[in-house]
Amino acid sequence: MKLSGLEPLILNENSNFINVGERTNVAGSRKFLRLIKEESFDEALDIARHQVDGGAQIIDINMDDGLIDGKESMVRFLNLIAAEPDICRVPIMIDSSKWEIIEAGLQVVQGKCVVNSISLKEGEEKFIWEAKQIKRYGAAVIVMAFDEVGQADNYERRIEIAERSYRVLVDKVGFPSEDIIFDLNIFPVATGMEEHRKNAIDFIEATRWVRQNLENVSVSGGVSNVSFSFRGNDGVREAMHSVFLYHAIQAGMNMGIVNPAMLEVYDDIPKDLLEHVEDVILDRRDDATERLLDFAETVKGTKAEKTVDLSWRENPLQERITHALVKGIDAFIIEDVEQARTESVKPIEVIEGHLMIGMNVVGDLFGAGKMFLPQVVKSARVMKKAVSYLNPFIEAEKGEEQKALGKVLMATVKGDVHDIGKNIVSVVLGCNNYEIVDLGVMVPPEKIIEAAKKENVDVIGLSGLITPSLDEMVYLAKEMERQNFKVPLLIGGATTSKAHTAVKIDTQYKNAVVHVNDASRAVTVVGDLLNEKKAHEYTTKLKKEYDEFRIKFLKRGKEKSYISIEESRKRKFKVDWETSEIVKPKELGVQILKQLSLKELLPFIDWSPFFRSWDLHGKFPDILKDEVVGEQATQLYEDAQEMIQQIVAKQLLKPKAVFGLFEANTINEDDISIQKKGKEVAVFRTLRQQLKKRDGIPNIALADFVAPKSSGKTDYMGAFCVGIFGAQELADFYKEREDDYNAIMAQAIADRFAEAFAEYLHKQIRIKHWGYAEDEDLTNQDLIKESYKGIRPAPGYPACPDHLEKETIWELLDVEKLIGVTLTESLAMWPAAAVSGYYFGNPEAKYFGLGKITDDQVADYATRKGITKDKARKWLHPNIASR
Amino acid sequence: MSNIQQALKQRILVLDGAMGTMLQAYKFTEEDFRGERFKNYPTSLQGNNDLLSITQPEAIKTIHAKYFEVGADIVETNTFSGTTIAMADYQMEDLVYELNYESAKIAKEVAEEFTAKEPHKPRFVAGSIGPTNRTASMSPDVNDPGYRAVTFDELRIAYKQQVEALVDGGVDILLVETVFDTLNAKAALFAIEEVKEERNIDIPIMLSGTITDASGRTLSGQTAEAFLISVSHIPLLSIGFNCALGANLLQPHLEAIASKTDFAISAHPNAGLPNAFGEYDETPEEMGEQIEEYLKKNLINIIGGCCGTSPEHIRVIADTAAKYKPRPHSELISESH
Repeated sequence: MKLSGLEPLILNENSNFINVGERTNVAGSRKFLRLIKEESFDEALDIARHQVDGGAQIIDINMDDGLIDGKESMVRFLNLIAAEPDICRVPIMIDSSKWEIIEAGLQVVQGKCVVNSISLKEGEEKFIWEAKQIKRYGAAVIVMAFDEVGQADNYERRIEIAERSYRVLVDKVGFPSEDIIFDLNIFPVATGMEEHRKNAIDFIEATRWVRQNLENVSVSGGVSNVSFSFRGNDGVREAMHSVFLYHAIQAGMNMGIVNPAMLEVYDDIPKDLLEHVEDVILDRRDDATERLLDFAETVKGTKAEKTVDLSWRENPLQERITHALVKGIDAFIIEDVEQARTESVKPIEVIEGHLMIGMNVVGDLFGAGKMFLPQVVKSARVMKKAVSYLNPFIEAEKGEEQKALGKVLMATVKGDVHDIGKNIVSVVLGCNNYEIVDLGVMVPPEKIIEAAKKENVDVIGLSGLITPSLDEMVYLAKEMERQNFKVPLLIGGATTSKAHTAVKIDTQYKNAVVHVNDASRAVTVVGDLLNEKKAHEYTTKLKKEYDEFRIKFLKRGKEKSYISIEESRKRKFKVDWETSEIVKPKELGVQILKQLSLKELLPFIDWSPFFRSWDLHGKFPDILKDEVVGEQATQLYEDAQEMIQQIVAKQLLKPKAVFGLFEANTINEDDISIQKKGKEVAVFRTLRQQLKKRDGIPNIALADFVAPKSSGKTDYMGAFCVGIFGAQELADFYKEREDDYNAIMAQAIADRFAEAFAEYLHKQIRIKHWGYAEDEDLTNQDLIKESYKGIRPAPGYPACPDHLEKETIWELLDVEKLIGVTLTESLAMWPAAAVSGYYFGNPEAKYFGLGKITDDQVADYATRKGITKDKARKWLHPNIASR
Repeated sequence: MSNIQQALKQRILVLDGAMGTMLQAYKFTEEDFRGERFKNYPTSLQGNNDLLSITQPEAIKTIHAKYFEVGADIVETNTFSGTTIAMADYQMEDLVYELNYESAKIAKEVAEEFTAKEPHKPRFVAGSIGPTNRTASMSPDVNDPGYRAVTFDELRIAYKQQVEALVDGGVDILLVETVFDTLNAKAALFAIEEVKEERNIDIPIMLSGTITDASGRTLSGQTAEAFLISVSHIPLLSIGFNCALGANLLQPHLEAIASKTDFAISAHPNAGLPNAFGEYDETPEEMGEQIEEYLKKNLINIIGGCCGTSPEHIRVIADTAAKYKPRPHSELISESH
C-alpha cells in the first residue's frame, strides 16, 4: 500500500508496524474535543504536530461529536493542517461514521488518505457506492468487519465478512486490493463473560487467515480496547497491549492505533505477569481471567491512603486564603477572614484585597483551562461564605459599599423552566465581582425590561432550553431596540446557537449581542463589554463578526435541496405490513406509576450528560480517567454520589410517571389515529423528512412505523410522561445556605433521574406492559445499548420537533391530573426534570432527525392539525428551510 | 489497445512546444484578439490566448502544423485556460464550451491532414487542461491559512465542462498539465472519470506536474514521489513533469518517479530558466543535449517542450528521440467499471 502526505509512506512486506496517531480524535481525546469546540485550532494543531513528532506515521482525524459541526470542523482542521508542512508530511486518516464528513475530508486533502471506515453494515449497495467514490478520490480504505447482521465477534464471522467485503471491493468495484485495510474488531478480554474469552485470539487468528487468503490487504485495529476491563490498572493494560500486539503482528497485523505511552516492551514484562496476560490473550486456561484479576491486584501497587493534607495551614495568611479559594475548601475560611479583618484598617479591604487576590488566581487558572467549572463554583461558595461573614462589619462602617464591576441581569425567558446553565453563569460572574440580578425562570419580557430599567443593569443575559424560547429572545431584542436600550445582550442555553443569534437576534438590536454558551467564556466576554476603554472597539468587532458569520451561514444554507411533501410521501420508509411482526400489548390503556424507589433507577443513569452540564466533556466512565479533566470529574462524581445517597435515603425527590398503550393506525399518510375500543380518541400528527436524498434512502416520518389503516391490521403505539418532583425545593434549600454548588448539583441530578426514569420505563414497556421483548437480555446492556427494539422519541427533539404534540399527549394521558406535570405557554414541562414522548414497538422503528421541511408541508400540517398556518410556522420555524 | 498506446510501445512520442511563445511572434493587438465578434466586449481581451482559437483560428492552425512538420506526434489544444474559473478574468465563463470545442476541432483537423499524408506516423491531439488560477489546498491569504479561494467541487464542475467540450471536439488524449496543486489535479481526474463513466468511453489521460524550484517539490509541497502516489488511483497513459525548470534540472525528479510507476513517463521542460527579461534563451541544440541525457538513461516515453520552446527545439528533440528506444513500461489495463 502506498500513501502520501507531502511525503510518501510505503507499506510492504518489509515495513515495520505502522503506528497511527489517535489523539486528534474528538471521541478519543477530551482535550482535543475541548479545543475543537473552543475553536482553539492552534492548540489542536499542536496536538497533531506532537503526534507526528512522536513518531505517528499517519494521523487519524475524527470530528464525530454531537456538539460540534463535524463536517465543518473536519474541513477547517484539514485545511489548517495543509498549511503546516511538519504535520501534513504524513498521510491523513479521515475518520468518521458519517459519509458526508468523509467526503468533505477527501475533498480538501491533496495526498492519498485512508478512509476510516466503511462496512457492509447498511448493505452492499451503500458499501459499493462509497467504495467507488473513495476510489475516485484516490484513497485507501479501512473496512470494518461489520455486515447487515451485525459486528463480527468470532473467528468465523470475521473471515466471512472480510472475504465477502474483499470480493465485493475487488470484483465489483475494481478497488485496488493493496488499498484495502481490514479492521477486524478488537474487543475486550477478561470481562468475566464466557463469550468474551476468545475475543483476542479470534482476532489474531482471523488476522492470520485474512493475510494469508486475501491478497495484498492490510490489517489494522484499535489496540487499547483489548484491555478495557482493566481500566485504572495501567501496569496490566500496558502488558496486555504489548502481548496482544506481539502476537497480532506475528499473525500479520501491520498497522494500528496504539498509544505509545501505554505500551510496555514485550521483553520487559515480568515473567509472571507475562504468563498471566498471555493466558488471557491466547485463552490458554479456563481460569485465566480469575488468575489475572487476582494477580492484577499485586501489580496495581498499594495506592496511598487518602489522608487530608493540612500542611497548607502553616502558610502565610494570603496564601491560605488563596489556597482555600482555589481548592474550594470552606472549612477554615471564616477563621482566616477574621484574621485578615483584624489585620486590616477597614473590613472592605479584605474583600478588595485578600479575597480578590485569591479570586484572580482562580480566574486566571480557569481562563487558562487549568481549573474547571465545578471547581470554580466551589470557589464561589467559599467566596460567598467569606463575604457574608464580612457584610455585618462592612455595614457597621456605613457608607462603605463593595463596588461591583457591573450589574448583570439574568433570566430564563417566558415559558421556559430550565436554569442550570443560567445559574452556573450567574455564579461564575458573581464570583468575579459582578452583581447578579437573577429574575429566575419563566420571566415575561415586560418584567425583564422593567427590572433592567429599575436596577439600571449593565448587561442582560437570557437563557432558554426549548425552541420556543428562541422567539422570546428575538422579541426581547426587538423590545430593547424599541425602548432605546444600550446595554449588551447575552444569549445562552442549550437551544441557542451562534447561528440563530447572528441571524435572528443580532439583527434586531443595534448594540452588542453575544452568544455565550459556556460559562468559562462569560467572564471574559462581560469583562470586554464593560471595559470602558475597549468596549466600543469590542462591540464593533462583535457586530462585524456576527455580520460575517451571518453572511457565511446564510450562504451555506442554500446548498441543500428539498423535495415536495407529495414526493417525500412516495419515498416513505416502507415496512412490509404483510410480514412485519405486530405484537399486541399485554396491557392496553393508561396506567400510572408513583410508588417507585429511586434506587431502581440508579442503574439506568447515563452520566455523560451530567458532566456536560458542568462543562466537563467526555464519556463516562472514561472521563474519570481523562488526563485533563479526570481529577475534577472524579471529584464531581463523588460529590454527586454523596448527594444521591441523601436523596435516596430521605426520599428528597419523587418520581412519577403516566403511560398508555393504545390501538393505532396510520391515516392520511402522516397521521396516527389512536383508538380505544375501535373509537378514535386522539390523532398524532407527524412530520416527514423532505431533504432530497439518494435513491433508495427513504424520507421518514414517525407515522411510517405504524401500520396504515389500509393494511387492515390493527397496530399499536404508546405515550408517556415521567417527572421528578422536589428538585426545586432541594435547590432552594441549598441556595438559602449560599451553596450554589449543591443547588446546581441537585438540579443536575434530578435531570439525570428523569432521563433514567424514561429509560427504566421504556424497558418495563418492552418486557412487561407491551411485552414485545419479554426475553430481552440486558445483562450486557452496555455492549448492545442501542440494539433494543422500538423507540421512544420525544416531541421537541429531532424526530418530531413540534412541541405542540405534547398537548395531544397531555390530553390522551390526562398527564396534569394524574401526575401533576404541567405545560408552560411555551410547552416546557414543569417540573423541569421531566421527559415525555411516544412509544413505537415495530422492530424496524428507528431514531432519525427530521431536518428541514418546506412550506408545503407546513401548510399541510396546519390544515391537518386544524391550526392557522401562522401558528404552525411559529412552532416549526427552526425546521423550516429558508428559501 | 488504442493507436496511441500502440505507438507508445514502439517509439518515443514527441509532444509539441510552446504555444504562447509562437503567438508572441504574431504581435496581436487588442483588436486582433477581439476580432469582429468581440469588438464591443466589455473587458480587455488582449492576452486571452485561448480566445484566438475563435478570433484568429488560422494562426493557431499554422502553429499546430509547424510542430507536426518538425516531427511532433502530439499537439496540445490551445485551451490551457479553458475553464470557467480561469476565464472569469475575462468574463468569458459562458464561452468555455465553445473555446474548448473549437480548439479541439482545429487541432484535430490539422492532425488528420498530417496523418493522411503520413499514415505510418499517426498524429494525435491532446486536450490541454491547465491548473486554473486558483489552488484548492493552499490559502491565497497568508493571514488566514485555513481559507480557500476555490473548492474541490467548484474545480470538478469547471473541469468537467472543459473535458466534455474537448471530448466533443475530438481530442485523442486529455492532458492535465502544469499541476502545481495536486488537489486541483485530483478534481480534474475526478471530473474525467465522471465523464468517462457517464458516456461509457475510455480516453487516455496524461498527467504532468510542475516542480517549482530547487527544493524538488510541487508548489503545494509534495515530493515527486508523493505526487505520483497521490494521482496513481486513476489509470493514466503517462505521468511526468513540465514547465518551471529546464531539462537538466528536471532530470532528478523524472528519475525519482520513473522507477516507481508502471505508467509511461513524460517530460516537457522549459527552454532553460528565464533570463532577467523573462525570456528563454536556451538554444535548440543546448536543450537537445540535455534531453539526450534522459534518453541515454532510458527515462522517457513522451518528450516535448514547454515555455520558450519553438518548432526548432522540437525538431532537434524529435531527431534525437528517434535514435533511442522508449522506456519499457507495462501495458495499460483499461479500468473496469
